[in-house]
Amino acid sequence: MKEEIEKIKKVAIESIEKATNAKELEEVRVRYLGKKGELTAVLRGMGNLNAEERPIIGSLVNVVKEELEEKINQKEKEYELAELNRKLKEETIDITLPSTKITRGSKHPLNRIIEEVEDLFVSMGYDVVSGPELETDEYCFERLNLPKGHPARDMQDSFYITSEYLLRTQTSAVQARTMMANKEKTPIRVICPGKTYRRDDDATHSHQFSQVEGLVIDKNISLADLKGTLEVFVRKMLGENLELRFRPSYFPFTEPSYEVDVTCFKCGGKGCNLCKQTGWIEVLGSGIVHPNVLKMNGYDPEKYSGFAFGTGLDRLAMFKYGITDIRLLYQNDVRFLKQFDRCDR
Amino acid sequence: MKLSTNFVKDYVDIDVDVKTLAEDMTRVGNEYDSAGNLINATKLVIGEVKECEMHPDSDHLHVCKVDVGTQVLNIVCGAPNVRKGLKVIVALDGAELPGGTIKKGMIRGKESNGMLCSIAELGLEHKFLSPADKEGIHELPADAPVGKEVIPYMQMDDGVIDFDLTANRGDLLSILGMAYEIGAIYDKKVKNIDLSFKENSENINDTFKVEVKTENCSIFLAKKVKNIKIEESPAFIKNRLIASGIRPINNVVDISNYVMLETGQPLHFYDADTLKGKLEVRMARQGEKLTTLDGNERILSANDIVISDGEKAIGLAGVMGGLETEITENTKNVIIESAIFDPIKIRMTSKEILRSEASNRFEKGLDPNRTYMAIKRACNMLEKYAGGEVVGNIAKYDTTDLSNRKIEITFENINRILGMEIPKKDTLDVFRKLGFDCKVKNEKEEKNINYTESEKDLQKYDIVEVSVPRRRGDITIKEDLIEEVGRIYGVNNIQGKLPDIAPKAGSYDKVTREIRNKMISMGLNETLSYILVNDKEAKMFTKDNTELVSLLDPMTEERNTLRHSIIPSLLKIYEYNKARNVKDVSIFEIGKAFYKQGEEYGESTKLAVLMTGEYYLGIENKKKVNFYVIKGIIEELLDYLGYNGRYSLVADESKLPEELHPGQSALINVNNDIIGIIGRVHPSIQKEDIYVLEIDLDRLLDKKVSKMKYKEISKYPNVKKDLALVVNKEVTSQELATLIKKAGGSSLENIEVFDVYEGKGIDQNKKSIAYSLTFERPDRTLTDEEINELVEKIIDFTNKKAGAELRK
Repeated sequence: MKEEIEKIKKVAIESIEKATNAKELEEVRVRYLGKKGELTAVLRGMGNLNAEERPIIGSLVNVVKEELEEKINQKEKEYELAELNRKLKEETIDITLPSTKITRGSKHPLNRIIEEVEDLFVSMGYDVVSGPELETDEYCFERLNLPKGHPARDMQDSFYITSEYLLRTQTSAVQARTMMANKEKTPIRVICPGKTYRRDDDATHSHQFSQVEGLVIDKNISLADLKGTLEVFVRKMLGENLELRFRPSYFPFTEPSYEVDVTCFKCGGKGCNLCKQTGWIEVLGSGIVHPNVLKMNGYDPEKYSGFAFGTGLDRLAMFKYGITDIRLLYQNDVRFLKQFDRCDR
Repeated sequence: MKLSTNFVKDYVDIDVDVKTLAEDMTRVGNEYDSAGNLINATKLVIGEVKECEMHPDSDHLHVCKVDVGTQVLNIVCGAPNVRKGLKVIVALDGAELPGGTIKKGMIRGKESNGMLCSIAELGLEHKFLSPADKEGIHELPADAPVGKEVIPYMQMDDGVIDFDLTANRGDLLSILGMAYEIGAIYDKKVKNIDLSFKENSENINDTFKVEVKTENCSIFLAKKVKNIKIEESPAFIKNRLIASGIRPINNVVDISNYVMLETGQPLHFYDADTLKGKLEVRMARQGEKLTTLDGNERILSANDIVISDGEKAIGLAGVMGGLETEITENTKNVIIESAIFDPIKIRMTSKEILRSEASNRFEKGLDPNRTYMAIKRACNMLEKYAGGEVVGNIAKYDTTDLSNRKIEITFENINRILGMEIPKKDTLDVFRKLGFDCKVKNEKEEKNINYTESEKDLQKYDIVEVSVPRRRGDITIKEDLIEEVGRIYGVNNIQGKLPDIAPKAGSYDKVTREIRNKMISMGLNETLSYILVNDKEAKMFTKDNTELVSLLDPMTEERNTLRHSIIPSLLKIYEYNKARNVKDVSIFEIGKAFYKQGEEYGESTKLAVLMTGEYYLGIENKKKVNFYVIKGIIEELLDYLGYNGRYSLVADESKLPEELHPGQSALINVNNDIIGIIGRVHPSIQKEDIYVLEIDLDRLLDKKVSKMKYKEISKYPNVKKDLALVVNKEVTSQELATLIKKAGGSSLENIEVFDVYEGKGIDQNKKSIAYSLTFERPDRTLTDEEINELVEKIIDFTNKKAGAELRK
């Protein structure tokens, strides 16, 4: 009996080694280890054996069974590995083919600038506020110390709807709205970016354009505060090493008033086409809030002072992105828009 | 304002070049457009034509021999008036003229070593040329010294700065005003103007009256000058007028302009013999007619101020004189008018009728002291340059205040606003340079200042009282004084700082930015379009019953109305891109739309989307935009904003704009409130498949959304069941889903459509919609029995309510 088992084992091992694929191996497993397999048959035939031989032969069969199982499993793993390798090879793709694109939209350059300006001022504790674009003469002009018939109204040729309503010519209109809306007349720190409209249309002017207005009202606000604030603003937007120059000017809603020039960021102040050889580029209008404006909007000029500034955002966007014609901002050529589709770090 | 530097040097001694002067003026707030010489030309000398013969190969050219002092040059000249013996302007070889460089060369075989010049070739505008100068080369006087430089000889060696002045500085529209400003910069005193003249023994008031019948004239002066002789003005007057941009006419007219330039006070000269012994100022009668100096008949309104001869209007006050009483070649006697009219009235009239040098000055406000000064100066010059005899006394009406304006301010106030520590002495010095007298004060005493005081002398005084002459009409309050100190002292040394104020967090409109970023993340490109559109586009894609909001005075008919919807703007953008062969257009815009309801104007913030062509790109996922793509966009946005389960699309043709495809459009409802529209653009508007949507963001965002909160995840497994229901085609998926939800109750956690089928196996008027249902309970596992019961219930309910049957 023992010899018979050894013989089966020998033949079985040979068969395992001879098997060339998973199917043949399975056949070997069935033939020797299956329910009707040869080793199983040996076990079944143990009935004829005596009580002493029975456990010996039984354990021998089990040892051989385990040995064969292990061999088969080992062989099986080899096949699996080979199969896996074959499959992996088969699945190899051309990784240079185009990807399934996720369509990326784009943010309009002007809104990019607006968001950048907003983020800067929000970080300095300013509130971003807005006001109507279809404004009243009262808020756009009269409450800003520009009564009807004032010659400075010529500086801004307006689109009137009626004698009282117009498209706002300046975001400064929001100054008066902010002051009026503050019933307790507490300090104010706001910026207001937004669209503005004037009767003007050429390569450097658009009848619709955008401005940002800043207004700070508190006790003891001075020109030094205005200068420091604008230094932060201009340097953040246009370049860290730029210098500011305050040039006295005139706006009816500020006194004193200044136009602010910045070192030409193209030539660094040496003089070039952009700065018309002056080394300076005008970027802002600003000043100390006119006492009449404070008074008209409910603030006591003896108690409070403030500064205000305003700048054109279209020009800022043009400087920043190297856009040469303002009309590009409003033509909405998709090929133009798509250039502003990524994170600008 | 064009400033002649020679002119201003009459009143202030300066020795700086034109460019430096312009830059220094800019520094104190007076910007300039250009600065240069009146004549921008080099190498021009006086020559004499010694010989002049016709060019053998030309019917108009002459070959000349011209003596230029050092040599005799061969020059070919084409002017008709060139002739032997003429003194001419010669541009030598290498001369730089506004039109280019002169080089010697051959002209049709004849040597030419320079050019004989006309005045136009020196760069003067055509309007400044005399009739003779318009015809040919300039003819110099016979005694012109050959070989000498031409420009100084002609007294045209002047500098011109074209200032772009601010609206408050009307005082700088005069040479004297400029002199004070320049004097303040360089610390120079302004010289006196010559106002001397003799008067005869007559009294103007015996024969002439002035009468002012309107409050819109504060001062009106008249003087008479007899026996004047009309002739050409001396060169300096002509050249200074030209440098200032005014065309010389004759000595008398030129003097009125010259004095206006000098003093800023516009004058008007009447031919005294055309008047009826009287000048009257009154408001025009509505529809009254007047022919002005330029020969145009003007129809006036009751808002215009006129000068009348007692019967009819003979001049448009402050703007332009009348033709009938103007100075002519034959004028002998002159009435000079010097007056001030209401700036706002003049502004309105000039805006309506015409702008002039005079109206520009009246609009900005004038100093009544100059009204007197100018009339005297005119007498002085008419006597000197027109041989006039000044009649004694003056006819006058005057209600003005000629005294200086006194303004007080503390030194502390100036320093606090400027944010710098300026010594009192330096502050006072600014006022001295500006020509303002000062007093310093404290509670107990005051002291006149003679500007020699030391800082110590000034220590106990905290207030300065500044006496501001009327010429500086822009300085009326203490803040104006702060500005003057800042201007002249200079503020560029201020150390910038951030305001010292209570800290607080800033805020901004986060939601709009979130919406913008969401739209971009869905692959849409943000646009920015004009809110002004034409009146036909303005109300397209809306069905509101509000009125159009139109401009009173549009620039073009294409932009005469404020848009009610952004969609027409997006359609235009689509067309613009299509014309450039860009056909995949997926764009959005957040912007304002406007309306008028009754007498009220309003605006709302809208979000509009347009999609056409292919949406997803890449080799596998090309997707042609259809209704469901754009529907996905709005649903994704609404879900993102937290409106999940609160919105629906409703096809209600009666409420949808006719510009949308009636079978592929819907209202967007949130909380059963219409907040927008969505659909395909009607094929009659655009043949291509274009899909649009627009929502009113203000209206949407008004609907509150709960804060984001964690919701417990069910520990019990969910069960998915698929259910295909066959219904009549008219039943919408949304209706069916609503029924399923109702029947499924709280255990039905989610419901999704995964297939829609029509065709084989389904009746012709029916469709099958397959739903994937997810059942789940937070508290326990649902049993198979329970789920089967729920499904049965759903089938029964949808069958009863919508005739739905389970697809076999």
